[in-house]
Amino acid sequence: MEISSFVLFWAAIFTSNILLTNFLGMCSYLSVSKEVESSFGLGMAVFFVLTATSALNWIVYHKILVPAGLVYLQFIVFIIVIAAFVQLLELIIERYAPALYYTLGIFLPLITVNCAIFGVSLFLVIRNYSFGQSVAFGAGSGIGWLLAILMLAGIRKRMKEKLVPLGLQGAGIALIITGIMALAFIGFSGIVNVQ
Amino acid sequence: MTKKEIFLVSAFRENSVWKQILGICSSLAVTNLLMNSLIMGLGVIFSVALANFTISLIRNWTPRSVRMMVQTLIIGSYVIIVDIFLKANMPQISKQLGPYVGLIITNCILMGRAEAFAAKNNPLDSFIDGLGAGIGYTLVLLAIASVRELFGFGTFFGFQVLGSWWTKWSIMVMAPSAFFILALFIWIINNKYYKVKA
Repeated sequence: MEISSFVLFWAAIFTSNILLTNFLGMCSYLSVSKEVESSFGLGMAVFFVLTATSALNWIVYHKILVPAGLVYLQFIVFIIVIAAFVQLLELIIERYAPALYYTLGIFLPLITVNCAIFGVSLFLVIRNYSFGQSVAFGAGSGIGWLLAILMLAGIRKRMKEKLVPLGLQGAGIALIITGIMALAFIGFSGIVNVQ
Repeated sequence: MTKKEIFLVSAFRENSVWKQILGICSSLAVTNLLMNSLIMGLGVIFSVALANFTISLIRNWTPRSVRMMVQTLIIGSYVIIVDIFLKANMPQISKQLGPYVGLIITNCILMGRAEAFAAKNNPLDSFIDGLGAGIGYTLVLLAIASVRELFGFGTFFGFQVLGSWWTKWSIMVMAPSAFFILALFIWIINNKYYKVKA
């Protein structure tokens, strides 16, 4: 499977969007998308963490777990790497960039349990990506997630004054909007095939 | 609360998927086939019930500051068991489920039940609560999957139900239908069983 990192980056944003076609990161997507500003903050945080942890987890998996024969521990090790990285990032941002901390920092604890981060790490292993491909896929997925949550937040802002059937309010209507967005993204499929 | 009440509350009244909107990722991703949904559901029932039991067993010796980490590690251990079992005994289904088995760890249902119930109650009650949450989740998965598989493939658990005259709806196999059907499902349940405040 030889697919260039550049193509993979774009494919991760459009044809195999992490949220709209792989359904990862739905929990925080549905709960945070009420405001555009906070969606942007969370999206940027996801993008940074996703790019960094996909690189870290690739190194940990191929340089430590495989040689040591501990592949079956991958789930626990990945989670620990992600949690440790998020904690570290939080400390660094708080110490050196307080302004950034106020826009981004509050979302960092939410990220450890965001399944998009963990899911991408698992995808890299299952699809056997090289290091360059992994970083490209991680960064592309992060931007794809940011794009999806920004679109939903924008639509939900407009939806505030609209009348929605009672039982559908909140999560229900957000899921339907996401479905329509996913339908639109099917238009991109077939340009490249990432498996 | 009696054991039966604990079970019923956690499986239906406070159902993780339709009431608390948790664990959506996997309930959308694996529901294109009934068999995959059933296996995924059994995996979740196993991990959430036993993880709840274990977390509750050691709840008095767990320091509050590292509570989350301990819970994640316990959940992770059970998910590894599920993954190894599937890889060994059902390689085909394990391949189709792909990363979603591992994603049980970050499934909000497990963390939610651990935090909301197992950290405060005795092991047996926690086990029953976990069982209820897992079964409630599995039922939602099967409900969504039965619609998607029937219209998408014309089959039910792999058996041909609709004849060759049936035109397969390829939309049902693709991602958007999962969003629509879950939304409709939540709508029906909300209208029927919960008095939504105006």
